[in-house]
Amino acid sequence: MNWNWSVIIEHLPRLVDGMWVTLELVFVSGIVGLLLAVPLALMRASHNRWLRLLPYAYIFFFRGTPLLVQIFLIYYGSSQFTFVRESLLWPILREPYWCAIIAFTLNTSAYSAELIRGAIQAVPKGELEAADAFGMSRALKIRRIVLPRAFGIVLPAYGNELILMLKSSSLASTITLLDITGAARSIIARTYTPLEIFFAAGMFYLLIAAVLIGAFRLLERRLNRHQHYKLPERIGEIDPRLAD
Amino acid sequence: MDLLGFSDLLVSGTWVTIKLALTSLVLGLLFGLIGATAKLSAFKPARVLATLYTTLVRGIPELLLVLTIYFGGSMILMAIASQFGYTDYIEISAFGAGVAALSIAFGAYSTEVFRAAIQAIPVGQWEAAQALGMPRGKTFFRIILPQVWRLALPGLGNLFQVLLKDTALVSVVGLNDLMREAYVATGSTKQPFTFYMAAALIYLGLTVLSTLVTTWLERAADPALHRGRA
Repeated sequence: MNWNWSVIIEHLPRLVDGMWVTLELVFVSGIVGLLLAVPLALMRASHNRWLRLLPYAYIFFFRGTPLLVQIFLIYYGSSQFTFVRESLLWPILREPYWCAIIAFTLNTSAYSAELIRGAIQAVPKGELEAADAFGMSRALKIRRIVLPRAFGIVLPAYGNELILMLKSSSLASTITLLDITGAARSIIARTYTPLEIFFAAGMFYLLIAAVLIGAFRLLERRLNRHQHYKLPERIGEIDPRLAD
Repeated sequence: MDLLGFSDLLVSGTWVTIKLALTSLVLGLLFGLIGATAKLSAFKPARVLATLYTTLVRGIPELLLVLTIYFGGSMILMAIASQFGYTDYIEISAFGAGVAALSIAFGAYSTEVFRAAIQAIPVGQWEAAQALGMPRGKTFFRIILPQVWRLALPGLGNLFQVLLKDTALVSVVGLNDLMREAYVATGSTKQPFTFYMAAALIYLGLTVLSTLVTTWLERAADPALHRGRA
């Protein structure tokens, strides 16, 4: 077995093209998924039993079945019905790109909704009571207290979810998309150097994952900066009462 | 749901999926235990190697792992075999590649679960065993490992669910699992929604089943925790 570096270098531009597709898939579905997850999580945390049931069934389905099945259900499954094929949605459901985005969005929103629900329920009671004491309405309390606090709490877990999303995005290659994995497979079909090209593709994923982890560390410090706040050392000169 | 006589195919696919998941589970648990022992060992190269293993495997997609082992594995095996004078072509079956990829992935994640569980056991127990004159190896197998099972179980249950869903990826390299049989059925019936939905519901049933088994195992491993409710 001889390792061939030149085949990696020669096909690097195509892997980089694939990287952009992967990033697009992850970020578009990550952002839309998050927007979808917030109302789902609020419903899941509600006190009304019927309101809780709908997101529960949704989350149960999307977390209990493989993502590959979900992608195939949307991409291949939607063509089974004539009313879908004749509807205005067909130009979208015909495209593998949009099907992948839809599948990833629905999938990640189910996972993130559970994370956000946990975070909403972890917001300290005292802060909610303080908001009540100020006479805040329910909507205002959710907007100003619950959600901002929940985002700070959920951030580390959401970072993990995004990494899992990044890895799942490789499934887009099964419906002909040329993301990193898809590009790698199409290169290998011609060069037959699976070890070298898959190795290079793996390095791309590791690189993106490393950048994501770093970015989330920074974001977490920023969002939870009240927890790291230290009084300036010479505060005693301004007001002796703050010194200890 | 009318399966047009394809239900036998789905049942046989389900069996393959279950066999794949359970085989990978057993091997993956073994990898996880070895990985955790390496991570906690006093021997630095073992720690470095284990960290490299978990970081690499947890950072790349499982699908990429399946594809690499299926298409590249035979090259590696042939290169190794040729060192021993065996020069025939070696082919890796889809099932073999699937088991290898899934157990390597499961092993990387369960390494962390086992490591956390081993570290959660108070040092005092090691010391107590030492005071009784037990060697370290015996302490590990008699005192630590039985408790690791209880502490690691919830984490392992979650990982098994992930593993179960990841088995669908092996259909990409042609294994006749549930996913693949659903695909075959759609080919001749032209009813993709019906069959992928049937497959989805079977997977859902399997994940529910595995949750039930995990809950039962957790109770069995930790009766003290649930005595109040029984």
